[in-house]
Amino acid sequence: MYNFDVVKPTRIADAVKELSDSTESQPLGGGQTLIPTLKQRLASPDKLVSLSAIDEMQGVCKGDDGSICIGGATNHATVAAEAGDYPALAATAAHIGDPAVRNRGTIGGSLANNDPSACYPAAALASGATIKTNTREIAADDYFQGMFATALDEGEIITEVRFPVPERANYQKFLQPASRFALVGVFVAKYADGVRVAITGASNDGVFRWTEAEAALSSNFSAAALDGLSLPDGDMISDLHGTGEYRAHLCAVMTKRAVAAAA
Amino acid sequence: MPKDGGIGASSKRREDVRFLTGAGNYTDDINIRGQAYVHFLRSDIAHGTIKSIDTGAAAAMPGVVRIFTGSDFEGVGGMPCGWQVTDKHGQPMQEPAHPILAQGKVRHVGEPVAAVVADTLEQARDAAEAIALDIDELPAVVDMKAALADGSTKVHDDLNDNLCYDWGFVEENKDAVNKAFENAAHVTSLELVNNRLVANPMEPRVALGDYARGTDDSTLYTTSQNPHVIRLLMGAFVLGIPEHKLRVVAPDVGGGFGTKIFHYQEEAFCTFAAKACNRPVKWTSSRSEAFISDAHGRDHVTKIELALDADNNFTALRTETHANMGAYLSTFAPSIPTWLHGTLMAGNYKTPLIYVNVKAVFTNTVPVDAYRGAGRPEATFQLERVVDKAARELGVDPIALRRQNFITEFPYATPVAVEYDTGDYHGTMDKLEEMGDFAGFAARRAESEKNGKLRGLGVNCYIEACGIAPSNLVGQLGARAGLYESATVRVNATGGLVVMTGSHSHGQGHETSFAQVVAEMIGIDENMVEIVHGDTANTPMGMGTYGSRSIAVGGSAMVRATEKIINKAKKIASHLLEASEADIELKDGAFSVAGTDKSVAWGDVTLAAYVPHNYPLEDIEPGLEETAFYDPANFTYPSGAYACEVEVDPDTGKVTIERFAAADDFGNIINPMIVTGQVHGGIAQGIGQALLENCAYDENGQLLSASYMDYAMPRADDLPMFDVDHSSQTPCTHNPLGVKGCGEAGAIGSPPAVVNAVVDALQSAGKDVMHVDMPLSPDRVWAAMQ
Repeated sequence: MYNFDVVKPTRIADAVKELSDSTESQPLGGGQTLIPTLKQRLASPDKLVSLSAIDEMQGVCKGDDGSICIGGATNHATVAAEAGDYPALAATAAHIGDPAVRNRGTIGGSLANNDPSACYPAAALASGATIKTNTREIAADDYFQGMFATALDEGEIITEVRFPVPERANYQKFLQPASRFALVGVFVAKYADGVRVAITGASNDGVFRWTEAEAALSSNFSAAALDGLSLPDGDMISDLHGTGEYRAHLCAVMTKRAVAAAA
Repeated sequence: MPKDGGIGASSKRREDVRFLTGAGNYTDDINIRGQAYVHFLRSDIAHGTIKSIDTGAAAAMPGVVRIFTGSDFEGVGGMPCGWQVTDKHGQPMQEPAHPILAQGKVRHVGEPVAAVVADTLEQARDAAEAIALDIDELPAVVDMKAALADGSTKVHDDLNDNLCYDWGFVEENKDAVNKAFENAAHVTSLELVNNRLVANPMEPRVALGDYARGTDDSTLYTTSQNPHVIRLLMGAFVLGIPEHKLRVVAPDVGGGFGTKIFHYQEEAFCTFAAKACNRPVKWTSSRSEAFISDAHGRDHVTKIELALDADNNFTALRTETHANMGAYLSTFAPSIPTWLHGTLMAGNYKTPLIYVNVKAVFTNTVPVDAYRGAGRPEATFQLERVVDKAARELGVDPIALRRQNFITEFPYATPVAVEYDTGDYHGTMDKLEEMGDFAGFAARRAESEKNGKLRGLGVNCYIEACGIAPSNLVGQLGARAGLYESATVRVNATGGLVVMTGSHSHGQGHETSFAQVVAEMIGIDENMVEIVHGDTANTPMGMGTYGSRSIAVGGSAMVRATEKIINKAKKIASHLLEASEADIELKDGAFSVAGTDKSVAWGDVTLAAYVPHNYPLEDIEPGLEETAFYDPANFTYPSGAYACEVEVDPDTGKVTIERFAAADDFGNIINPMIVTGQVHGGIAQGIGQALLENCAYDENGQLLSASYMDYAMPRADDLPMFDVDHSSQTPCTHNPLGVKGCGEAGAIGSPPAVVNAVVDALQSAGKDVMHVDMPLSPDRVWAAMQ
């Protein structure tokens, strides 16, 4: 680790100011990715702006339209415990990483990092969530822009994530054996106006929607509706843990399982 | 009825109290006033020529004490290899120099190139980043067969090629073996990989060098399984320090699994630098460093062929193995694919003719050496896989085929130069059939299929050789060390004992089980016996702990020393009791005169030894302390039969272990609970190898699985509850305790059971799959099904 300063503002405005004061500063959520990166000397910020003391970014509540609103600095264990009105989301949070990760890692941190194998991006994209920042609201469809790439500007902070609650939903994660991140994770959410399917872990372009599956499921929400559907393996990640062909296959398997579990 | 103490009792591990309450004393817990820290700059290039190393800017950084490079070690000995293998033409193996810090070339990712000693670790790391290192990259040699092809880039320019040795065993049998294959009714052949592993002990390696200027004494604190071996190798061959000026201490050590046997550069460096800097110098490996600097294990590629006659009797076995040595020869690397592998190829079977060929190959990868089982898992895996395949090809029951070919008469001289003293292979298989409920398998399979899963049952046997001895034999085989063990038993005046053993405990529970043996022999409470190990200053010269040798060899030395103690104590007792020595009996901690009610307590005798007022001074010396060295007559041969039941998810290829049963024969057992724990740990590691662990390099020699993000360790939820039995006991005939050793069995016996089970599951779905290479990760199993 290199030397750096840490500040712990208690208001969003102060955090934004701290971040804008230095071009080498970096926001710190739960630190579950950033701290190991620092330990390996792969990043050298001069200042970390911790978001964990900002009360207005904490907790789970229900919006006027019935959506679940989660403060950007809320950790996974809290979501698992308090997002019971959206059971598939709570269950997703309950199975991220291990207890240490769940009690430190935050939803804002996960979405800002947009790891191609993380769980929350699939939940947010499949739910058509709204990512609220200190400056604007971004639709999930516009937010995810590829591996580790998002619509966030420099110094922009995720303050809240709003999830419309679907009629039915389920997340199926097939574990990469070593890291236990998603080798393939599929989140299926059925809303009154259609079904959304988002897949993490599989693609070189990060989390994505499987639109053919969505169309099939929107007219017939059953695993059988997916028979014969498959994804091309060309854009799939190929690594030590699975070929692109295998991941493409798993996408179909896990989507069917998610539909079956949600139905 | 279970005993509550002594041999056969499941005494609780006394050392666990300190380990589990944070009171252990591991090497990294030791800090010496004035201590500096070293950070090694390691090559991130697999193969290259060092054009220049500029340490000027780095040396001027804050806190830097001194920066060392390869040129500081010219004239200092390199890392020695402890075993010289002779090839099939009678020529010695090719043995490259192995420098402490790279000289001229780097040969694997992780090789230390420079070492920065500074006041703090962070300062050392900062300075290491300021070193300007210019390396001209060369093509990396990674694949073993390509490494042996004509025109391959050479790992070592001064060697003829990348072949360390081409070993034939037994070379004289080769023609007869080939002829047997020509006459065979059936030949089964199989090509397989025994995957490279990273040991990953919970405690990473640590070295702390200290130097006393006033007396010219050097001390090394290190995470070692064998401190005396380190002292001898480092003192005599690397740094030129005589043993009486060098102390090596391996205090509490958090797991070794073989990878802490070897003498490493970092140990020599810290000892050297402590004197050069006149300050204690400490190195603590990071987990990332461990992946690229701890010796790896396994990494064999094998073709095995089994010949059978028309009645399904095994008539001959032939193997061709490529064994990866990595870039340099680690301390015992050459012995693993040869004498610890070829000699076990008979397994549990009376195959009359066997020929083993091993080509050991240099590549631009981390050195490979012993890892739990060391050679014996590789032998067992290929043999038990080919036997299973033969049964499938012939359409016979795999257990019946094994039973038909079992060795049943002992002692049994194998065609691969070893003689099994005892064993009962039908006995352990009988036990396994009972434990495994094979009769109920069909119903369990039907239930799995109802749930959309495939179910498979895999069975295998294993034999291993423990103890690694006798010294005169291993010397003929190329060992540059003796393989005896030692113990000093010191009885204190008030009757308590301290046993100073040359064995080393790094998780095995010796402090408990060794005390049980001595307590039983004298008839006193275990808590009166203290076991001391790990410090060359207070233990007799011993060879340490590996190869499941501690109770068989170290325990025997301790028994011999205790026998000497008892003999002398009887003399003292006979004097005190005014009786003939021949009439003195020791029972329950008291000496009595046979046929009388006269007796004297153990404590009275020990007190007399040190307060010899009423003592036969004209006949015997005062005091009660004895040392014994024990060199066994043979290896010991534990054996067993294992069964694994798996479920395979045909949609994803995911394998789940549903049942696992192990029936072992370890001979006599000192502490059944500790033995069970050893077997559990071994099976967990074996399943780790079979399903999860994969140390993989890319074609440029970069380690792909260089952290836990990509290297999958077995976790509790990957494993079922194990059903372990060791009631089959055929005692070893040539050591005083009749013990065989149990530390590696689980890791040796379990991988083939897992793979046999998965193949069985896939076959049940009509898939024509005869083999899948480990680890049987979901993607590999799925691909095999397509």
